[in-house]
Amino acid sequence: MTTTVQADVREQAAQRFAQLGWPAPQQEEWKYTNVAPIARVAWKTGKSACPPWSDEWRFHARAAQEFVFVNGSGAQRAAGHELYARYADYMRHPFTALNTANAQDGAFLEIPDGTVVDGFIHLLFVGDGDEVWSHPRNLIVVGRNAQVTIVETYVGRGKYFTNAVTELVAKEGAVVDHAKLVCESLDAFHVGTLQIHEERAAAVTSRVITIGGALVRNEINVALAGEGASITLDGLFTLTGRQHADNHTVIDHLYPHCDSLEVYKGILDQSARGIFDGRIIVRPDAQKTNSRQTNHNLLLSETAIVDSKPTLEIHNDDVKCNHGSTIGQLDEEAMFYLRSRGIGEAEARGLLIYAFASEIVDRMKAEPVRELVRREMFRSMPERLPERREAR
Amino acid sequence: MLEIKNLHAGIDGKEILKGLSLEIGEGEVHAIMGPNGSGKSTLANVLAGRPKYEVTSGTVVFEGKDLLSIPTEERAREGVFLAMQYPVEIPGVNNIYFLKAALNAIRKHRGEEELDAIEFLQLARQKMKLVDLDEAFMTRSVNEGFSGGEKKRNEIFQMAVLDPKLAILDETDSGLDIDALRIVAEGVNALRSEKHSVLVITHYQRLLRYLVPDVVHVLANGQIVKSGGKELAEELEQRGYEWLEQETAAAR
Repeated sequence: MTTTVQADVREQAAQRFAQLGWPAPQQEEWKYTNVAPIARVAWKTGKSACPPWSDEWRFHARAAQEFVFVNGSGAQRAAGHELYARYADYMRHPFTALNTANAQDGAFLEIPDGTVVDGFIHLLFVGDGDEVWSHPRNLIVVGRNAQVTIVETYVGRGKYFTNAVTELVAKEGAVVDHAKLVCESLDAFHVGTLQIHEERAAAVTSRVITIGGALVRNEINVALAGEGASITLDGLFTLTGRQHADNHTVIDHLYPHCDSLEVYKGILDQSARGIFDGRIIVRPDAQKTNSRQTNHNLLLSETAIVDSKPTLEIHNDDVKCNHGSTIGQLDEEAMFYLRSRGIGEAEARGLLIYAFASEIVDRMKAEPVRELVRREMFRSMPERLPERREAR
Repeated sequence: MLEIKNLHAGIDGKEILKGLSLEIGEGEVHAIMGPNGSGKSTLANVLAGRPKYEVTSGTVVFEGKDLLSIPTEERAREGVFLAMQYPVEIPGVNNIYFLKAALNAIRKHRGEEELDAIEFLQLARQKMKLVDLDEAFMTRSVNEGFSGGEKKRNEIFQMAVLDPKLAILDETDSGLDIDALRIVAEGVNALRSEKHSVLVITHYQRLLRYLVPDVVHVLANGQIVKSGGKELAEELEQRGYEWLEQETAAAR
């Protein structure tokens, strides 16, 4: 029975993708990101053997649970659950349709009502090989008043393409801390959709840290579908070389008394390009909405580009919303202050760059995860972030 | 220790210092007073190497070295410290991490062993008492959310930790209540020794009541127009600066 439902969904999604096709830059939602380099490759499925180098990305005993998926294959499969493919809209979003049509393994986590999971659950997605694609499909259902922290890490070697979809359902009063770390290979493409559905009084935090990948699209869609639900969206992208990362977020306030707080920060060096395209919709019924959205960007070179497009769509007048964005260089006054105390120019710059990022990094609760993020940041920008001998 | 000769400097193409000369010996405390716009802060900023300030002519020799030719951080490592008029807030940079990095950069330059975290904390605690700063300050970001008085005390705290040969105080007294003023003065007095020199830049005489200078200079229109003992500060406080400006104008 479940197999039939799944087959139907697959079939519908495949048909839909055939109709929608690859998104084109003429479409408003894709105007900053051209996916032609993805569309032109004849992708195939990769091997499922776990490469030994992926071990440095594992947390082992430091995580409450850990699941590893290699080129989309792993020990778990979400398909078949009644909520599967219910929220991530494959009729509208081409990459979600593509994922749903080709969905492979992925985490299926169901946290029972009232359960508090200590520590964090780690989902590691490994891409390995050239011209291979993967379509991991995750479903996370957090029961009433349950609490859990989930970390998704995307890594790999080669010129592969990861097209992941995670559906996260937070039931009444659930508290969920979700982090997504994009540390893909610098030749890899990554499109990832995080679809969050919150019921009454649920509180979800999403942090998306993008350090790796040649072309990355992070799509975060949040439906605040119950009174008093709240969402925190934190994001950090540190890009260099010719990296391109597009952060596309939509927060839909459907019910009264919901809060949303969004902070995305970008650090861009060399010829990197970063995008923040964040939309907040406040529906007519969503009175007493409280919403704040900011995007701050730090440009470290003359050739780096950032596009910042915060958008508010408010359909009732009993709301408190504000948004804003900044694009700037390192603060010269702060540079002078640090140097005037004897700290060398490169180290001073590193301190300030790291300080800019730390607002997001330091808010991550799990220490091993913060350490991994710091390690990868330093690794990706060695000339910008001189070695830091201690965590604090 | 410090020898400034015929210094011409300014900002944005505007000349502010117009041939300033000044000599400070080892262990001396000098005060520079002067009306707003006379060039006091320009002098402090030029000595510390703040970008955008341009030196058009003149020399500054510190301990036998041409100070103007070396970058800001090296001036600090050589022993020049500027307590700033407006200390900048640096969110995300932890006070203790920052100051330890600074001290170790200076110690390394002097050929001394770097301090480890425990040694540094011991030193920092001791100096914090001197300026009556709470230990909680150490874990906060540099100057972030500090009151005006706390920022100034933090400057003096940093000075005490870094132990400079020459400390320049740029209007450290402005905006301080009498208690904070006394704390700042005590902090500076604790640094005074045969080896340490201090240059106090101020608009008012009140700091100098606690921090008695060896020499007082009056800066007007980009030049030192008068120098004298500590009584000159009192005279300025009573008579203002106008009489001096008139006297100088008449002498031209």
